[in-house]
Amino acid sequence: MFREITIGQYYPADSLLHRLDPRVKLFGTIIYLISIFVAGDIFSFAFLALFLVMIIRLSKVPFSYMVKGLRGIVLLLVIAGVFNLFMTPGQALVEFGPLTISDVGLKNAVLMTARMIFLIIGTSIMTLTTTPNQLTDGLETSLAPLTIFNVPVHEIALMMSIALRFIPILVEETDKIMKAQMARGADFESKGIVRKAKAMVPLLVPLFVSAFRRASDLALAMEARCYHGGEGRTKMKPLHYEKEDRLSYVVIISYLILLIVIRIVL
Amino acid sequence: MSLILDKVSYKYSTGTAYEVTALDNVSLEIKDGQFIGIIGHTGSGKSTLIQHLNGLLKATEGVIYYNGQDIYDKDYDLKELRTQVGMVFQYPEHQLFETTVFEDVKFGPKNQGLDDKEATLRAYEALRSVGFPEDYYDQSPFDLSGGQKRRAAIAGVLAMKPAVLILDEPTAGLDPKGRDEILGLIKKMHEKSGNTIILVSHSMEDVANYVDRIIVMNDAKVYMDGTPKEVFSQAKDLEEIGLAVPEVTYFMMELKAKGYDVDVAATTVEEAKREILKLKGINA
Amino acid sequence: MNIIEAKQLVHEFFRRDEEGNIEGIQVALDKVDLKVEAGQFISILGHNGSGKSTLAKHINALLTPSEGTLYVDGKDTSDGKNELAIRQSAGMVFQNPDNQIIASIVEEDVGFGPENMGVPTDEIWERVERSLKSVGMWKYHAHSPNKLSGGQKQRVAIAGVMAMEPKCIILDEPTAMLDPDGRKEVIKVAHELNEKKGVTVILITHYMEEVVGSDYVYVMDKGKVVMEGDPRNIFSRVEELQSHRMDVPQITLLAHELRNSGLDIPEGILTREELMNVLNLG
Repeated sequence: MFREITIGQYYPADSLLHRLDPRVKLFGTIIYLISIFVAGDIFSFAFLALFLVMIIRLSKVPFSYMVKGLRGIVLLLVIAGVFNLFMTPGQALVEFGPLTISDVGLKNAVLMTARMIFLIIGTSIMTLTTTPNQLTDGLETSLAPLTIFNVPVHEIALMMSIALRFIPILVEETDKIMKAQMARGADFESKGIVRKAKAMVPLLVPLFVSAFRRASDLALAMEARCYHGGEGRTKMKPLHYEKEDRLSYVVIISYLILLIVIRIVL
Repeated sequence: MSLILDKVSYKYSTGTAYEVTALDNVSLEIKDGQFIGIIGHTGSGKSTLIQHLNGLLKATEGVIYYNGQDIYDKDYDLKELRTQVGMVFQYPEHQLFETTVFEDVKFGPKNQGLDDKEATLRAYEALRSVGFPEDYYDQSPFDLSGGQKRRAAIAGVLAMKPAVLILDEPTAGLDPKGRDEILGLIKKMHEKSGNTIILVSHSMEDVANYVDRIIVMNDAKVYMDGTPKEVFSQAKDLEEIGLAVPEVTYFMMELKAKGYDVDVAATTVEEAKREILKLKGINA
Repeated sequence: MNIIEAKQLVHEFFRRDEEGNIEGIQVALDKVDLKVEAGQFISILGHNGSGKSTLAKHINALLTPSEGTLYVDGKDTSDGKNELAIRQSAGMVFQNPDNQIIASIVEEDVGFGPENMGVPTDEIWERVERSLKSVGMWKYHAHSPNKLSGGQKQRVAIAGVMAMEPKCIILDEPTAMLDPDGRKEVIKVAHELNEKKGVTVILITHYMEEVVGSDYVYVMDKGKVVMEGDPRNIFSRVEELQSHRMDVPQITLLAHELRNSGLDIPEGILTREELMNVLNLG
């Protein structure tokens, strides 16, 4: 039942985007997120869409694959859209009994939905083209200056990458535990919050016991392989900028400036 | 009273490039009171097969009948089926969760809707029948040894009084003595209750000593189905799918190949010993 | 030279009650004497709870002696300064393959040990390739460990240790969670590393069939070494093994039973061929 989850998955391919340094992609994603909120009219959105289409083409990830990830949140989008549509005060365009659609409402609903879709597709491109390890490496290096303030950057990055490795294992384990308890007559489909919460106990207790057991096993295994913190560690895949990466920074910054210009001028 | 599988197939990820056929057109009849071993490699479909027997997985094609009733009928009570066809999974850690062993064993009966008194009686009975030491009834199930955890898990299913008991790799991770104890226990339970028992295992030698019917799974299909003697007499076919017969059976076949008159169907050390002594003219 | 030498090694656990007060002392290792020569393939047998895994953790300096001494590659394990050096000389592979693979890509996991040791980047890649090839897993270097079989995962774990270029590897029940195919794979790889790379191997197991090819076998029970000798010697003591909750291979047991029934057969038969030869069927 958990096989269909695609959010946050890596899509292996050989593209410019896959090759880029993860730090560039992190930076690019942040700039892109800002740009979504800078954009506000038809021209700036058109420019944003153009940029996104270009990126998608560059990523060599099939568009249909990206859209698959959207499927899970369609309901969320619809609800958010409907709320904006009907709940925003303004000049009434259409009235259905007590419900009215105002001009501002319509604009907000369209804008909001567009922003959500742009946001999800944009960020998923990063996870689709970057392996979890590259991502944590990128984060670790980007956040390295924070170590001055005693932020345990290395440890946080390591925790993230271990979490990413163990999520599929624990998901599978959850499935097995559920089956084992269902075989003893446990009912995970019962109605009502209290009964539902009670039904979760036979699932959660073995899951937590197992997770703690795995954690202590893993700690021992890491120690046995000479792990002693980030100090004195070398890197198998150190990050370094290539020409493409520097060029990408230029492209990303020019994109944001252009978008701001379009927003102000047009 | 029996379990019948009629042309059962199970596929997942259908319609995608990753479509997998985990069961392919399997038809079987499991009669009351049989002691059955299901053998196969990891990925042969044996786990998928047993999860169909208590309705945890639903066949994508085909029908399963329990006591003549189609378990996929709209108003068929699957929860009731699961108390009739009890299943103990490979790792006891996946089911033990209560603060004490005793409470844990009561979980099944309580789900059946029995009152506390009845559930307590059931728990006593089940723990006694698996030979679980009384001193440990109030222990946390997490502090037990591997063998004791296994017993507690089996008791947890037995307490529901199932007519069919399925055990998935009940000896995984146990040491030789622990393995013999659990298998001996299962055999004793079978003899005493006469219930149907289905044992899933990788190990031919484990199964040969205990069961009266072996189902060999390979590549999502039933590859062989017969008594241990019938199955082991086809050593070549078993090797073709990477399974081996017990060492002593190989030895009997080698003797036979050298022209000695022995029964190649000897599958246990005891039987092989008898055959060789006979050959030597000694009556054991 | 002995790469591992334990003298009167004792390990005690404190048993605590619910408030954390010491209730009693449990002896997990009781005056263990053990010697392993460089290049040997050694097996340590014992049932669950016999103390064999505690001993393994000592050899990796994950535990330190309560009494007695343990030297690994000439270094005293009770000296905290030697910790990292000992773990480099004697690498350890654990029982559960899932709980010792750290990275989401095979090659990155194998590189984890060398990274911790501060090996330069280029050399890490050389070591990763070499050790993955030595366990026959180079083909999967860019794969996710989640898609591998149990035996393959365990081979990756062995490669992860080999990349640290240890003199000795300790395999702590590496096959307990595997199916028969996976078990064979792992044991075969352990023997290959021993023969081709000259690595000392210490195999801890409760499967009797796996110790057949060893140079020397120790049997443990209740924290003590209760039997030692070459495999044939060990297997010829069937009743003694059974008294320590151990088993013997079917053919050895058959030969032993025939001998008890009065046939003139020596103890310690290991293979079908040997049994055929001693049966003397005119």
